[in-house]
Amino acid sequence: MAGITAAVELAEAGREVVLVEKEACLGGNVVRMNSYFPKFCPPNCGLEINYRRIRSSRRIRILTQSTVEHIEGVSGDFSVKIKTAPAYINDLCTACGKCAEVCPVERPNAFNYGFGKTKAAYLPHEMTFPFTYVIDGTVCLKEQCGKCVEVCDYNAIDLNAEEETTVLNVERIIIATGWKTFDAKKIKNLCYAAPNVVTNVELERLLAVGGPGEGTLKRPSDHEIPRTIAFVQCAGSRDENYLPYCSAVCCSASLKHALTISERCTDAQISIYYIDLRVSGRNEDLLVKAENNKNIRFIKGKIGRISESDDNHDLEVEAEDILSGRKIKERYDMVVLATGMVPNNPLEGIILTDSEGFLVENQLEGIVTAATCRKPMDVSESVKDATSAAVKSIKTNF
Amino acid sequence: MDRKIGIFICSGCDIGKSIDISRLKAVAEKHGAAFCREHPALCSKNGTDFYYSELENKELHGVVIAACSPRSKAGMFDHDRLLTERVNLREQVSWVMEPGHQDTQSAAEDYLRMGIARVAGSARPVPFRDSYHSSEILVVGAGITGLTAALEADSAGYVVHLVEKADRPGGYASKLAGQIPYKEPFNRIADPVIFKRIEELGTRKNINLYIKTTIATIKGQPGNFEVTLHGAYNGTIRVGAIVTAMGMKPYDPSALSHLGYGRLPGVLTSVEFEELIATRRYSEIPGRVLFIQCADSRDREHLPYCSNTCCGTTLKQATYIREHNPSAEVYIIYKDIRTPGLQEKFYRAVQGDDAIMMTKGAVTGVNPNGNQIDVEVKDSLIDEQIVIPVDMVVLAVGMVPTATEDLNLQYRQGTGLPELKYRFPDSHFICFPYETRRTGIYAAGTIRAPMDIPSCMADASGAVFKAIQCIEAVKRGEAVHPRSGDLSWPELYMDRCTDCKRCTEECPFGSYDENEKGTPIPNPARCRRCGICIGSCPERVISFKDYSINMMTEVIKAVHIPDEFEEKPRILAFVCENDAYPAFDMAGIKRLSISPYVRIIPVRCIGSVNKVWISDALSLGFDGILQIGCKPGEDYQCHYIHGSELTEKRGKNLQETLETMMLEPERIKTVFLEINEYDKIPGIINDYLEEIELIGPNPFKGM
Repeated sequence: MAGITAAVELAEAGREVVLVEKEACLGGNVVRMNSYFPKFCPPNCGLEINYRRIRSSRRIRILTQSTVEHIEGVSGDFSVKIKTAPAYINDLCTACGKCAEVCPVERPNAFNYGFGKTKAAYLPHEMTFPFTYVIDGTVCLKEQCGKCVEVCDYNAIDLNAEEETTVLNVERIIIATGWKTFDAKKIKNLCYAAPNVVTNVELERLLAVGGPGEGTLKRPSDHEIPRTIAFVQCAGSRDENYLPYCSAVCCSASLKHALTISERCTDAQISIYYIDLRVSGRNEDLLVKAENNKNIRFIKGKIGRISESDDNHDLEVEAEDILSGRKIKERYDMVVLATGMVPNNPLEGIILTDSEGFLVENQLEGIVTAATCRKPMDVSESVKDATSAAVKSIKTNF
Repeated sequence: MDRKIGIFICSGCDIGKSIDISRLKAVAEKHGAAFCREHPALCSKNGTDFYYSELENKELHGVVIAACSPRSKAGMFDHDRLLTERVNLREQVSWVMEPGHQDTQSAAEDYLRMGIARVAGSARPVPFRDSYHSSEILVVGAGITGLTAALEADSAGYVVHLVEKADRPGGYASKLAGQIPYKEPFNRIADPVIFKRIEELGTRKNINLYIKTTIATIKGQPGNFEVTLHGAYNGTIRVGAIVTAMGMKPYDPSALSHLGYGRLPGVLTSVEFEELIATRRYSEIPGRVLFIQCADSRDREHLPYCSNTCCGTTLKQATYIREHNPSAEVYIIYKDIRTPGLQEKFYRAVQGDDAIMMTKGAVTGVNPNGNQIDVEVKDSLIDEQIVIPVDMVVLAVGMVPTATEDLNLQYRQGTGLPELKYRFPDSHFICFPYETRRTGIYAAGTIRAPMDIPSCMADASGAVFKAIQCIEAVKRGEAVHPRSGDLSWPELYMDRCTDCKRCTEECPFGSYDENEKGTPIPNPARCRRCGICIGSCPERVISFKDYSINMMTEVIKAVHIPDEFEEKPRILAFVCENDAYPAFDMAGIKRLSISPYVRIIPVRCIGSVNKVWISDALSLGFDGILQIGCKPGEDYQCHYIHGSELTEKRGKNLQETLETMMLEPERIKTVFLEINEYDKIPGIINDYLEEIELIGPNPFKGM
């Protein structure tokens, strides 16, 4: 979101932009989200406007499946080495879908965080931008198969394509590499290995129309609709053993999730275990809505342990209710871990970071960092930070 | 046809297998196409070469490309000289309808005719240029936000006029003793950054600072705002864009007497307490101080929202107390401690001090007891009901955005920026946080949302970038967000105008002013090109070069309506091009099945649909009209704010039209669809077809 924003804003101010993205499609984490808080609106709505802005500006060159290998030079004259994954499907692709029809290989659907499968030749998702199929080179049978090449009417497939290196000369660099969710496997007591314990980002796909349940939340173990759901706030956050900081968005996100589930499944009983409920500004409205919802319950307390039942993959949650001082032991169909944000650093060792790995704002002159790679923030703040990075990148004096 | 139009039909992606291209070509020729060419893959290298070579040396009005969605292969067929129109035969016909079926063929032929009509009825837009263009920027308010905006604009090479009503720059940030920690290691109070910024201001030649000055009036439009200043400086300046950084006011504590304010001398606000520290009056701070968090915030009676900074401020003020009086005791009563991000480290540092006692709880009473104050707290972590005796109570008060009326905009719709909930002047605060409803005027800082100082500085930079961008776009004659780059703009045929004022009232962006008679005065550079004024005008006065009443009427007429005896209904669907249209494309990509009886017309906003289009369609024999727009209401998704709301409102008017035509009310239906709800589209259309079937064919058919 931040990278797209910085690119379109700069392009519309008359600047030439190269947008480098490591995935096959734009949109990062937000394009995977079912909805935004506090409006419950679909991220694709704003993204679609931005895609249109990209199309109409004609000043943005997009390099997908590309990563920055090296940066050298000074502000005004940077040389950036970019590695692009083999373009097994090139831009002649019309997205007709024939390749996926004949492709014999399946792979986990990475866009849906591994829920469900796609073919090795696949469309990342239905709103994908750029609108083209891609081939997962790690599972494709290449010349042993070649069926997709035979059916492609547009010469768009080259299974012998090789990785490419491009060197770009640019004046300024904006780093908006965003975040990844904290690896919940590292949290010892929260039983993430159990199929029905999912992270908040996985829940976004489980709720999405384009997700495995096609808009109906089903728990992963048996595809049943869960009736009792626990949200574990600060899963790994505000914890010296994992992430000592607060990711600023997880409380609002869980409130959004709880309200969405409650609206779709009116008899679902939802418990939210929290330390503090941190919702910023007008997101407070969400908290009020959730507090007024009789199927949503709040428990101030940190989780002691989550364990999986032997019989049916239900989950047993042990916690202490700080307000009453009582110990709680409850059974749930599904548990959602509100895991925090970990910054993505594209160039370890070259980019300056703080003690938590966030990219510091003041890098080498002419390099600006923006949004969640810099500090935890929500979508709106990221857009703002990216726009702010845009003005910093057109400075004529420093 | 007097306007020469070239037509290209792509038969790739199974379009050729689904649709009889030769019959389609026959339709094109019958409709007077200058030429009609077919290609098996128009987007291939060979295809684009073919496309451009065919266009060489041809005098044409425009081109129709019948192929995939305009959202696909965008830019590939754009032509500097020619109008180009894409007819969506792939996503919206061949991928969703039965291949080879006569109804599919009819749909394709109708869409081709509609595309031809659209080009024939359009002209190439000529960019709007005002008589004068300024690249200078006005920044209103010289607090941390305004100062930052001015400095950033100057650094980017733009001249700035910075207006401040007080006698010096700095605003509220310059009254702070210190700042909540914002950088590593996040555990020490930071020096206020504002003073460095004020110093920097003195070194910049291109920033004109006007202190003790207010804005008398702002007239004009982006690129050419005429700003009259009043006060220490009196005069007029011209600017291209404006950043509004008027900041916040602390919540009025007189409403907090239940917490002792105004009743007990030892009760003060966090703002007043900050002043004690900033002016080093430590001796006035007694030994036992209690902070009440959310004194006004998160409270429907006072401020329903969270001000984001009060928790950090209290932790900071508690730290000051303890630094200056090692024997002091501090109590903090909170609902939740909100220290987002790395501020958590500051919270942890403060927690390490045993003399700062924090508990969740609700304050139920603040009562005098001799020289001390008894604070009653309910539901605390310590006990159900406790009384804490203290010497001073500090009420953590939240932020109220400054009213923007003082901008004194000479706009027909009012002097300030239109506001959303809680008086924040924005329109799409998640995806497009800077978009106010006044083009070229951007809100930044605490006027827009509660935020801390680093956040204000980022916000200022972002807003000033938007101002720069607007100046550059207007210079090129282009629209800004969301139809960025659009060169068309509304033109008014005044002879027919009846001064009904609908356009001046309904424009979401206040583009139209009015003279004393109520005649609209357009300001094209304020316009976002949504076309809502087209929808509002009963006299068909307003048109864009490539989007007009007449053009659309021709598009509607281009659909062939089968006669009653064929028993093939026709539904006309006006769909929002921003969300519903992409959703129809998604349905195509998912190969969902959509009835071939519907004809889709993308519109700039559902609010741009004019009544005439609907009555024309009904008198031509369409059996039903669907209007598919974005969600209205508090959580609206309309990119033009109230386009879909207007559609609902105009519904009543439309029902009257139906009555006069003696038609059933079901003949018009409005549906709100989110971009992700593509899965609902087949159902929406089938349900409507069933409804229509029940009331039978439109009696106007064949008349």
